[in-house]
Amino acid sequence: MPVKIVVQDIKKTFRSDKGPLPVLEQLSFSVCDGELVAVVGPSGCGKTTLLNVIAGFDQPDQGLVTIDGAEKLEPSSQGILISQHGSVFPWLTVQQNLMFGLNGHADSDREKLADHYAAMVGLKGFETSYAHELSGGMLKRAELARALVVKPEILYMDEPFSALDALMNLRMRNELLRILSEERHTVVLVTHDVEEAIHLADRIMVLSSRPATLQAVFDVPFPHPRKLSSRGVQELKVAILRELGVDSDSA
Amino acid sequence: MQRLKRLLPSLTVMAVLIAAWWLVVVKTQSVIFPTPWQVVTGTGELMQNGVLWEHIGASLFRVGSGFLLAVAFAVPLGLWMGWVRGAFTTLNPIFQMLRPISPIAWIPIAILWFGVGNASPIFLIFISSIFPMVVQTTSGVHTIERRYLRAAANFGVSRATVFRRVVIPAALPQIIVGMRIGLGVAWLVVVAAEMIALRSGLGFLIIDSRNAGNRYDLVIAAMIIIGLIGLLLDGLMRLLEGLKAVQWRYAR
Repeated sequence: MPVKIVVQDIKKTFRSDKGPLPVLEQLSFSVCDGELVAVVGPSGCGKTTLLNVIAGFDQPDQGLVTIDGAEKLEPSSQGILISQHGSVFPWLTVQQNLMFGLNGHADSDREKLADHYAAMVGLKGFETSYAHELSGGMLKRAELARALVVKPEILYMDEPFSALDALMNLRMRNELLRILSEERHTVVLVTHDVEEAIHLADRIMVLSSRPATLQAVFDVPFPHPRKLSSRGVQELKVAILRELGVDSDSA
Repeated sequence: MQRLKRLLPSLTVMAVLIAAWWLVVVKTQSVIFPTPWQVVTGTGELMQNGVLWEHIGASLFRVGSGFLLAVAFAVPLGLWMGWVRGAFTTLNPIFQMLRPISPIAWIPIAILWFGVGNASPIFLIFISSIFPMVVQTTSGVHTIERRYLRAAANFGVSRATVFRRVVIPAALPQIIVGMRIGLGVAWLVVVAAEMIALRSGLGFLIIDSRNAGNRYDLVIAAMIIIGLIGLLLDGLMRLLEGLKAVQWRYAR
């Protein structure tokens, strides 16, 4: 598979009242086209900062991020960020949200595309609903559909399902896997949930505590659908948790 | 029935206050201060000879004109100040300096500039309601959650589209709050202005009723009508909060 994203020696330090706060330190890795890479690490280690830098919302102090060989300097619809807290516009209906990023299409095409993706994520019948009329899971679906409708090459997902209850979290993971089997996207998923990472990812990168460096990389060799209770998955989970400094017996 | 149950405590307190007022006037045998009933008959008198409607119309015309003029200036100005940093840093100190000046303090200047007529109170209403609306609108833009602006930027839409489809609707609930405050202040100011510089309106009715033979029944009647119209105007503004486009702000 050709390389899609290259992160090369990036370094990021924030300025604060207490002095400089180094967050990312000499991070280098690459993501192949169509690959789903999960980034896990201790809380506050800089996972979200890393995602912001890759998505072009923030610039590294040193180093380079390239997408298809071109330097990433600003966000674009080539890669859509799905944030932890959600960003579905509450003053627009589901359909209007989905149509928001569809520039250069005729109105009728925009509506058709929006309705198609609303149906794809299971929101058929809710096209005219506003955010406050939807459940947490439905909001996540709307956010996912709004990202997919512009046909991005990359999805940047920042703990997208962390606010959902365990059951809905599991449903959304399966939903994502189903969509990714229908449409090809490169995905960078930031999560603190090791099990979620193993469930979804082709490869898992473990970051160290702040300033984040790349501590370990694990391939996830299991085919989908993955049985989370299988021995192989459990062993991988233990190994990743060990890298994160967590005693697997108490995890 | 449920509504009546909710209003019952307020109605009870109101009835007790009216009864106490009546009792005090009767006990003190005041010849100037009216009983509630005299206020009712005074109101009837004003309604019958048509004077009341003329005064209400005059006050509402001034408030309507000054307020709408202020909305037309304040909302675009507030949006601009909220969206363009340079506009905010340039204009905000001026607004912050002018804002604490009581609208009443502008009366001499209003008369000097516009003379005695409708233009003066309209100017006063404009000047008094523009500040809360500018401040609220600017703050509405400044407090838009970053995640929405980032999402819009992610879809690569133009800055004009972000302004039209994100900034304005996101700030709308606060714009409405500013309009409510602005209209409330406008209603306060028109009465004060009419007391000093005009020969019509509810403020003038109060002063004229006192000057023309101590008709305190009419003074109090005008005061109550001012209160009721103020309540009505606020109710009208609150209807805007029911708009589908802003309900998200009040949900959950």
